[in-house]
Amino acid sequence: MRAVEASTGSTGRLSGLPPGSRATIVGLADGAPPSTARRLTDLGFTAGTPVQVVRRAPLRDPVVYRVKDYDLCLRRAQAAHVLVRDAQ
Amino acid sequence: MKDAGCHTEAGGGAVDTPLPRLALAGSPNAGKTSIFNALTGLHAKTGNYPGVTVSRFVGTIQAGDRRYLIEDLPGTYSLDPISPDEQIMVDVLDGHLDGEAPPDALLVVVDATTLRRSLRFVAQVLRRGLPTCLVVTFTDEMTVRQGQLDLPALQQALGVPVVRVLGNRGQGIDDLREQIAQWPTWPTPALPPPDDPAEADAWAESVLSFARYRAPERHRITQRVDAVLLHPLWGTIVFLAVMVAFFQTVFTLAAPLQGYVETFFGWLSGVVTTHVGNPWLAGLLGDAIIGGIGAVLVFVPQIMLLFLLISLLEGVGYMSRAAFLMDRVMSRAGLEGRAFVALLSSFACAIPGIMATRTLPSAKDRLATMMAAPLMTCSARLPVYVLLIGLLVDPAAQWGPFGAQGLVMFGMYLLGAVSAMTAAWVFKKLGDRTGPLLPFYMEMPPYRIPSARSVLIAVGDSAKSFLRKCTTIIAVTTVSLWLLLNLPLHSTADLRAHGVDPGNDTAVSAYVADHSYAADLGHLVAPVFDPLGFDWRINIGVLSAQSARETFVATLGQVAAAENPDEPSKALKAMTYTDGPHAGLPLFTAPTIAALLVYFAFALQCMATVGIIRRETGGWKWPLIAFGYLTALAWIMAYVARTITALLAG
Repeated sequence: MRAVEASTGSTGRLSGLPPGSRATIVGLADGAPPSTARRLTDLGFTAGTPVQVVRRAPLRDPVVYRVKDYDLCLRRAQAAHVLVRDAQ
Repeated sequence: MKDAGCHTEAGGGAVDTPLPRLALAGSPNAGKTSIFNALTGLHAKTGNYPGVTVSRFVGTIQAGDRRYLIEDLPGTYSLDPISPDEQIMVDVLDGHLDGEAPPDALLVVVDATTLRRSLRFVAQVLRRGLPTCLVVTFTDEMTVRQGQLDLPALQQALGVPVVRVLGNRGQGIDDLREQIAQWPTWPTPALPPPDDPAEADAWAESVLSFARYRAPERHRITQRVDAVLLHPLWGTIVFLAVMVAFFQTVFTLAAPLQGYVETFFGWLSGVVTTHVGNPWLAGLLGDAIIGGIGAVLVFVPQIMLLFLLISLLEGVGYMSRAAFLMDRVMSRAGLEGRAFVALLSSFACAIPGIMATRTLPSAKDRLATMMAAPLMTCSARLPVYVLLIGLLVDPAAQWGPFGAQGLVMFGMYLLGAVSAMTAAWVFKKLGDRTGPLLPFYMEMPPYRIPSARSVLIAVGDSAKSFLRKCTTIIAVTTVSLWLLLNLPLHSTADLRAHGVDPGNDTAVSAYVADHSYAADLGHLVAPVFDPLGFDWRINIGVLSAQSARETFVATLGQVAAAENPDEPSKALKAMTYTDGPHAGLPLFTAPTIAALLVYFAFALQCMATVGIIRRETGGWKWPLIAFGYLTALAWIMAYVARTITALLAG
């Protein structure tokens, strides 16, 4: 599940999305440290889950994301491990 | 002192067989603690898990006709541990903790508004195979936000009992008690839920659709408030305003309360002194014992007020916003946003600051913050700074539009904050050499009105745990210091022989102090403090300040008052070295005062802080490290300050 699955639309990293955008999670990047990948999975960042970028902190990091009906903030470094597709 | 076993709870009745053990698990913000408090009725014991800086809460409850032990496990999003402190929690569940069997049954608390995410955790718990009951909270909030959940269907889909509890209102607690009483008959799921993320997601969706779950809509008020409170400009302004209000409250409200405590104990010790004939006994009772208890209790108003504000801000949901705003700044020190709250509180007093580190999920962050907290300029340093800056800087001196005294004071606060951040950074670096780097994540809960009950419990608990664990350590140090300063005993004849009028209390106390064991100690440590320009009298002050900083002002004041009772500050300025190579030269020169100021900025001269670090870390290792490194650093930095000031002053 950690590999990027074939998908329609362009894939990118969650950290690259501007506030207000929505996308679907594809999976976690291969380079993610195993402990971080396991925790992100448990927090709800699983393949097929819709994700929304809610807002960015005034100093641009961290960023609040909405996933599985709740708001969670991640630093850019962690969000970069999450691969997304169909960003809009 | 340490409640290591936590099994010593004797209870009221004659219980021969060990009590059945329950564990309460769930994610942070799910309402676990208010359920724990409602079940135990506040009869919880706190301790530490062996080997890690994680607080452990165990209480007893009555359900049906028997009693149970219940443990409130640390809040977590996952049973797949990625740090040693998460591992401990999993070890408790799996019975891998030394000498402890796994709990007999589990209560899993989930927030109905975040059920979709929480089912992943529920799946991990159910895979353990222990008798489990699901406790669903915040169903009222879910309904208000147009959410929907069929609890009997959820119970059927999961295959375990489901109870609805609104912890802060106490609703459903009786149902939960009834359910607990039947734990041996709890059904377990026919098939354990899957662990693979994709399969677990599919399982969760099937459970949700069977339970006719409709996720609540986003909380409109939260969205609107966040648009302001997290706005780049308005959010920053509100944040600064909240911080200023925080301090104003702590200083303007706590200061008079602390004044009352001091006045009361001053009065009490006065009463004792006048009614106890033997002056030495009167001193021991009045100054040492009553004064010692007063020195502990004087912290209580500030600690309670700080915790009142912290738990209000936390309960409303602003703390996670403040942490969100400050995370970038704190990351410079290798810490995360949540550490900000602890360091901020330490501006008032390191004790609540260190207690507030409990909100940090990572033990390494907690330790780094605890090691840094004593460096923040606490209110006990303020009187010392006022005295020393008054001696150092001419009140009329101006640097530009600002008074020089105020600028030096600001500089001392800045020095504290910068050194604290640096210390945190160093300890975090040292800690990070071992173990994996933990990812940062923080839930942003919707704004909620905290229940008065939960706020009051938090305030009461903070005062209780401070008093319980610190009273002994402070009382012992205060009494021993008093004994050092007042022994050996001098007879009236002895005093007369040395030209001291036994009727003149000030002269007697000055003579006794000058010829006490403490004075011997002051001379003994002279080689250590000589390079800083301290004489034996300052040494006594510094040593007596070792239990609590403000003592320094009283001690120096006593010494000075002995020489010139009308204008002690003039007397201080006029003081000269009594012996050694500098005999006859002024004592309080700019380099010496600078060295003293800096010494007080760094040294850990607060037994209450040592006590609370020991309490929070569950051992003597970290308080000793903090004490050692801060004392050494204080000496080095004071030496540097003295040298630089001497060069500048010529």
